[in-house]
Amino acid sequence: MSSTTASMHNLSTSQNQVRRRQHLVTHVVLLLGAAVILFPIAWMISTSLKSPEQVKQFPPIWIPDPLVWENYINAVTIFPVPFLLFVWNSFFLSFGNVIGSIVSNTIVAYAFARLRFRGSKILFLLVLSTMMLPQQVTMIPLFILFSKLGWINSYKPLIVPQFFANAFYVFMLRQFFTTIPRDLDDAARIDGCGILGIFWRIILPLAMPAVGIVAIFEFTGSWNWFLGPLIYLSKMETFPLALALSYLNATYRVLWSEMMVVSFIAMLPPLLLFFIAQKAYIQGIVVTGVKG
Amino acid sequence: MSSNRLQFGNRFTVRQREELVAYLLISPWILGFVAFILGPMLASLGLSFFETNMFSWKYVGLDNYTRLFSLDTTRSLFWKSLYNTAYYVVFSIPLTIGAGFFIALLLNQEIRGRSAYRVIYYLPSIIPGIAASMVWLYLFQPEFGIINWLLGLVGIEGVRWLFDTRTAKLVFVIMSVWGAGGNMLIFLAGLQGIPTELYEAARIDGAVAWRQLRHITLPMMSPTIFFVLITNIILSFQIFTNVYVMTSGAGGPANSTMMYVLHLYLVAFRQYRLGYASALAWVLFVILLLFTLLVFKSSSLWVYYETEVGGERS
Repeated sequence: MSSTTASMHNLSTSQNQVRRRQHLVTHVVLLLGAAVILFPIAWMISTSLKSPEQVKQFPPIWIPDPLVWENYINAVTIFPVPFLLFVWNSFFLSFGNVIGSIVSNTIVAYAFARLRFRGSKILFLLVLSTMMLPQQVTMIPLFILFSKLGWINSYKPLIVPQFFANAFYVFMLRQFFTTIPRDLDDAARIDGCGILGIFWRIILPLAMPAVGIVAIFEFTGSWNWFLGPLIYLSKMETFPLALALSYLNATYRVLWSEMMVVSFIAMLPPLLLFFIAQKAYIQGIVVTGVKG
Repeated sequence: MSSNRLQFGNRFTVRQREELVAYLLISPWILGFVAFILGPMLASLGLSFFETNMFSWKYVGLDNYTRLFSLDTTRSLFWKSLYNTAYYVVFSIPLTIGAGFFIALLLNQEIRGRSAYRVIYYLPSIIPGIAASMVWLYLFQPEFGIINWLLGLVGIEGVRWLFDTRTAKLVFVIMSVWGAGGNMLIFLAGLQGIPTELYEAARIDGAVAWRQLRHITLPMMSPTIFFVLITNIILSFQIFTNVYVMTSGAGGPANSTMMYVLHLYLVAFRQYRLGYASALAWVLFVILLLFTLLVFKSSSLWVYYETEVGGERS
């Protein structure tokens, strides 16, 4: 009896040892990978503090000496318009799109999740079918339309379409809404809530995490958006940060430190948002990614 | 009798009301679909039969298409840009899917710091593409870039990366692998959905890790791999920002990084040949549609759905 427990004990320790060795290998591989991922970001920050000579020094310098903080002042004063304008424009674009996508997608998703109407299945399939549509196929007529409307060099072509719902978010929100028990709707209906009352008092408050995910995704997506602003904005005072960076790259390609400074500034808001809301972020990808 | 009819009538209007409200609620999407998707798609098809810069219009029939498909590279960069894009897609997709899957497998164990790794690997997907492009431009700099220096440490002579037609496209493939964390997250979620009983049963049967991977993990993950493959094909075909920024919008050297969408962008918004660009856009749309259908068709050969696996088990 005791010998069997002893051998079982032996077995489990040797198993543990194997597992521990396996975990050690896993950690080594993962750490190496993490180093590769983080390296360009670290290098960006390091370079943003280098002097022009140190930027081109070979072999490369890891920690600049001295730290050239003036690069940060140089970088934000190099543009012919105030740098804060770019920051403001980026926030304007992002917040405009966040508001537009929350307002439009929640109501559309609510109808698809809860209401019975003729053609709902076919219409929802139509929504899904547009999810993977390459935007290039609509880009040129939309450009013609928006320029006829006199919307060039304004944020209207970049924000207004977001007020008309988006397949990706409708799908994601509908998935969340359908997980809310229908008993709650019934209870609210007995208390005298109408269709819109149920949406406003039951569904929306309970779906706040999902709405938050839409907000985070849309903020990051708009902040990082390049092609749209590139097509519609040509006056520098209308540029968001992404275009300002592109201008810097096209005009002063030798000013590596300054380019890294602006890259770093442009990277900060989405990065901070990601760190704060990491759980919601990952959950959003998991829901849309796997159930898709 | 009459009260009965009244009730029936009331219920009918309640349903009708629900339907009316529903159409009202989805009307933003319907309007958006007509104004920003269906309308422009058809307009784009129509435009492809014209030569126009918005101010002058000329009907040219199929001329845009015959020119587009012409093999003469002085007339059309279509084949060149398609080749470049296909090169990028063919190398980048297996590498990003492979790397993403591999990291997900590693992270699907009970190890310390799992969520920290997850965050780190996902970081490249958060950073603005243009900011990442700036750093990689510096890293790949032939004279003082750190990548050539690192290669020198292991005795490999540095190459001229973006300045050499043979290596320029590779730069973008390497960058795409750096961003494999997006796929990793989706794979990880899929792996966590596989019932642990399957592995326990396999362990009792004495199946080693490799056979578990081959006979449980891969079949169970095939729907996820299928989904990732389709989205990756569609998105990689549209590579633009990196190439635009890192080649100063030129797609050089000698058009070796002239990707499809960059070519389309330049034709449309630098040369204002909007009809020709619309033809390019429609051809891209058809190519992507064909690829998606191909993957869908092939899926019956390699994608297992849970019911089938269950059937095999019993």
